Amino acid sequence: MRHDQKGSIPANHLLAVTGLGVRFPTPKGPVDVVKDLSFTLDRGQTLGIVGESGSGKSMTSLAIMGLLPKDAKVTGSILLNGSQTVDRSDAELRKLRGDSMAMVFQDPLSSLNPYYTVGLQITEAYRAHRNVSRRAARAVALEAMAQVQIKDPQLRIDQYPHQFSGGMRQRIMIAIALCCEPDLIIADEPTTALDVTVQAQILALMADLQKETGAGMIFITHDLAVVSQVAQNVIVMNTGRPVESGTTEQIFSAPAHPYTRALLNAIPRLDDDLEELKMVQEFTRPKVTPAAVTTS
Amino acid sequence: MVSYFLRRLFSVAVILFFVSFLTFVIFFQLSPDPAVMICGKTCTPERIEQIREQLGVNQPFLTQFFTFLGGIFAGRSYGAGEAAIHCAAPCLGFSFQTSQSVMDMIVSRLPVSITIAAGAAVLWLLIGVSAGLISAIKSGTWWDKGAMMFALGGISLPNYFIALVLQYVLVVQLQILPFPSTPDFAEDPLFWFQSYIMPWSVLAFGYASMYARLTRANVLDTLGENFMRTARAKGLPPLLVLRRHALRPSLTPIVTLFGMDFAGLLGGALITETVFGLNGVGKLAADSIGKNDQPVIMGVTLMAALFVVVANVVVDLLYAFLDPRVRIKA
Repeated sequence: MRHDQKGSIPANHLLAVTGLGVRFPTPKGPVDVVKDLSFTLDRGQTLGIVGESGSGKSMTSLAIMGLLPKDAKVTGSILLNGSQTVDRSDAELRKLRGDSMAMVFQDPLSSLNPYYTVGLQITEAYRAHRNVSRRAARAVALEAMAQVQIKDPQLRIDQYPHQFSGGMRQRIMIAIALCCEPDLIIADEPTTALDVTVQAQILALMADLQKETGAGMIFITHDLAVVSQVAQNVIVMNTGRPVESGTTEQIFSAPAHPYTRALLNAIPRLDDDLEELKMVQEFTRPKVTPAAVTTS
Repeated sequence: MVSYFLRRLFSVAVILFFVSFLTFVIFFQLSPDPAVMICGKTCTPERIEQIREQLGVNQPFLTQFFTFLGGIFAGRSYGAGEAAIHCAAPCLGFSFQTSQSVMDMIVSRLPVSITIAAGAAVLWLLIGVSAGLISAIKSGTWWDKGAMMFALGGISLPNYFIALVLQYVLVVQLQILPFPSTPDFAEDPLFWFQSYIMPWSVLAFGYASMYARLTRANVLDTLGENFMRTARAKGLPPLLVLRRHALRPSLTPIVTLFGMDFAGLLGGALITETVFGLNGVGKLAADSIGKNDQPVIMGVTLMAALFVVVANVVVDLLYAFLDPRVRIKA
């Protein structure tokens, strides 16, 4: 993970985020949920964004997708394929959403509409960006379902989300995200709601598909173990600010920031004999957050 | 599917049996002796006994009840020999007051109640659901606040009060509408409309208010659902997101409610019909209660129960059709 000097961001990055800030007005004054976040992502690469609840990871992904609530104020710059997305109209962003960039959400059950077949929910994503007939879109959906390794797509395409298991639902979400062959996939805690065994399958699937399509991926999670499996680079976030960034090996082998060390220490190990789980609580207040560290 | 339907029909029969049993206990057994009432002031014990014999109220309770039920399915005769009066199935008996067949009385009043219920239903669905939708989409704006104020009024103001105010202003003072009555549509459609518009509006106001609040709450809930975010993340046009992903989940529960409300009104809009003096089933019920005309009360109650219970089955079937998660297990 390289932090480029301001103004010298090469145009060939898939995604270049510079000085990103997200601010919400509240009755007690404005709150910065993301501040001073910069990173780049190239095609075929995976960037892990790690942090606790409320660290601003999901807000970052929603800011990139242009899906933040209307009262959120976004500052800084987000260049997708070299073109600015901050301050674009919703109609313009809509053309990018689902097409150039797609998102896989945390809870696949509530993220799918229970009233419609999975087939419709995949084809509508495709037809939003490609002017094709229902029949053609259905063929694409069948192909996408086969791609995410759902057996009997011909039969399953006309079923409803509640007829699928958790892992299968997440495969549908991935099929929705992949059907327009996006350049950028943002996965926001895609395996958090799943069983550990299913988690491993989904992670393997996502890694395979990424290799196949060459898309860039942002993988957001609070699970450091998951990040170590999928990401080449990692950003650790705390209370909306990046506290450490670097390659995955560097972060895991030699964490420089005390918060990162605390996070890594909080992972329970089988050979530990703990009375209670370790906490990372002293870092949740912004005042005590030491300056950010770039490990590379 | 068929077995599910049969099971539901069976449960309908069971419910109706208990409803009729309860109403029978309350209205026939716990009420004053109908023979005394029919007999009048110049009455002799012999005459009373004679009437009792003819009505069958001298029989044991259960015999009376099953004779009543039998009358519904097979018809029955009152009295014996030459003086016997036959009542063809479905027989709900005769009014103590007018000696008319209860069935005929209800059937002749039904068209008025159906007209009132149907007209009001169209109004309250149109107004209530669209007001709720606008409120939810423009939540927090003056549109929302205005609509919700109006809805609060509709829920808190009793409809007999609104009926009297409207009647006084529109009919008595401004004279832009005729006094409500129940004319024939075919004779004069405009007059028909003018006669019914006030009862429709009064009845619809309360329901529209409830439906507006419910629609608003449902739509707001749905807008906060994760699948709405997914729909936007796909890059769907905002109107399609709203129409396809928000409306169907929000409106499905309203279908259920509507089925029950409408069926309830077919059993008579008691207050509205009474205030405007419209001869529907509701007014029939109110009049019969005032005169302790037990067979009529019993008949109206049973019929209202039948509508609601049947509507319940229809709504359940419809729900299974509208919500894929509620598929019927045969």
